[in-house]
Amino acid sequence: MIGRITLQLALLLIFAPLPLGVINKTKALFAGRVGPPLLQPYYDLARLWRKGFVISRTTTWVFLAGPVVGLVVPLLAALLLPFGGLTAPISFTGDLILFVYLFGLSRFFTAAAALDTGSSFEGMGAAREVTFSCLAEPTLLFSLLVLASGAKSLNLGALFGPQLAGQWQNGNSASLGLIFVALFVVLLVENSRIPFDDPNTHLELTMVHEVMVLDHSGPALGMILYGAAMKLMVLSAMLVRIAVPAQTGSLLFDLLIFLAGLLMLAVLIGIVESTMARLQLPRIPQVLVGTTLLSIFALILVLR
Amino acid sequence: MANLLLLIVILINFYTLGSARLVACIRGVALQGALLALLPLATHGPTGHALFLGAGALLLKGIFIPLLLLRTIRQVRIRREVEPFIGFVPTLILGFLVTAGAFIFADFLPLAYEHHEGLYVPTSLATMFSGFLILITRRKAITQVLGYLMLENGIFIFGILLSAAIPLMVEAGILLDLLVGVFVMGIILNQINREFSSLNTDRLTALKE
Repeated sequence: MIGRITLQLALLLIFAPLPLGVINKTKALFAGRVGPPLLQPYYDLARLWRKGFVISRTTTWVFLAGPVVGLVVPLLAALLLPFGGLTAPISFTGDLILFVYLFGLSRFFTAAAALDTGSSFEGMGAAREVTFSCLAEPTLLFSLLVLASGAKSLNLGALFGPQLAGQWQNGNSASLGLIFVALFVVLLVENSRIPFDDPNTHLELTMVHEVMVLDHSGPALGMILYGAAMKLMVLSAMLVRIAVPAQTGSLLFDLLIFLAGLLMLAVLIGIVESTMARLQLPRIPQVLVGTTLLSIFALILVLR
Repeated sequence: MANLLLLIVILINFYTLGSARLVACIRGVALQGALLALLPLATHGPTGHALFLGAGALLLKGIFIPLLLLRTIRQVRIRREVEPFIGFVPTLILGFLVTAGAFIFADFLPLAYEHHEGLYVPTSLATMFSGFLILITRRKAITQVLGYLMLENGIFIFGILLSAAIPLMVEAGILLDLLVGVFVMGIILNQINREFSSLNTDRLTALKE
């Protein structure tokens, strides 16, 4: 048990920034640039960690709670989810609700920290972020319900367990394909990627997530970036598991398959980011309502 | 194979219901028609009847009619459906509700035993209802033509279940009717645009000297 927890956390802590590097490299290749080195996110984190804090006098403890909760939540969430063929370290009935709302908690604290600075600008970013994620939440829950009704179980360990490979064969493949698409959209929204938000933009009016962390500096910003990278990895782990439900039985091979899947997904995100433009703000709720309907439709197909 | 095709057909229904750009809508309906051309082959195997039906559907629904429509919108210079009677998100939700309804309703229909489990009947009903929705909710005459095409696609799916029993002549007649219908509509659209300088059908209710 302790061994499994350590292994899972070590995996998460070591490999989390790597997909970001792969995404940036893919985007650079598409643009015909050389691009930053693959390990640039690690260098950035190390650089931020050596810097000092600048904290505004108007802020309270909430301002610091944002980054801390943002860092801790993905670590907790990762314990509930099986990474590839590994079994989940902690598993109990109904933990999928906890999984979804742990991210809700971190979002609440990030938004609260943004509001704590008293800047109207950051308040606007917080409002947008909360709106989008409340539209993305039903998609996530319905997709998990599809998996749950296929697995006849309510804990994440079983949902993403060995039975997933069987489901691809016995006629549920259509709904699994649909929720893969729906969850991919959730992944893009939750991690503020293009077409929903641009992680690189510094044009003030278009920022959504970026604007909320404007006032954080040094190690606090590093914690936010690290937390975001881990969140990306945890949510990608679900998608990788749905797409590649193979189970070899040997720990090493399962790990290698999982990591390869993770990098492939990062390349896919990079391709989406380089071939699509950002959506207009009013179009985003439309798309998210569409994916919600898609996941409900997948549920109908399963229950039929 | 057939189930995958039908699933993509339903997804294209949603896409067309939610899209404002006319070119995207036309491409969606064209792709739907082209996919439906594969359906007789996937259902009945490569018999002469299925091959003829598939080739006819591909030529007319997948290539000829979409090209005709694209040419029309180039001539009348409209790009998007600006203000539908019901907004895009509500029509999308309505479209989803009728699709769900079609799936539930199809289970109660007194069908032949071998048609009970498949996706054919619910997909056909859902596509017909989505076509109706587009016909009802959109203002532009050209989008209404698209709704009519989608409606016919739904009927086509239903017909495939019976295509062993229907003579080839009847199906060829249906396809020809469709072609002539869209052809005439294309010409009328041009005339309407020339006379009224707009393709909004609600303007047509007013009398003009």
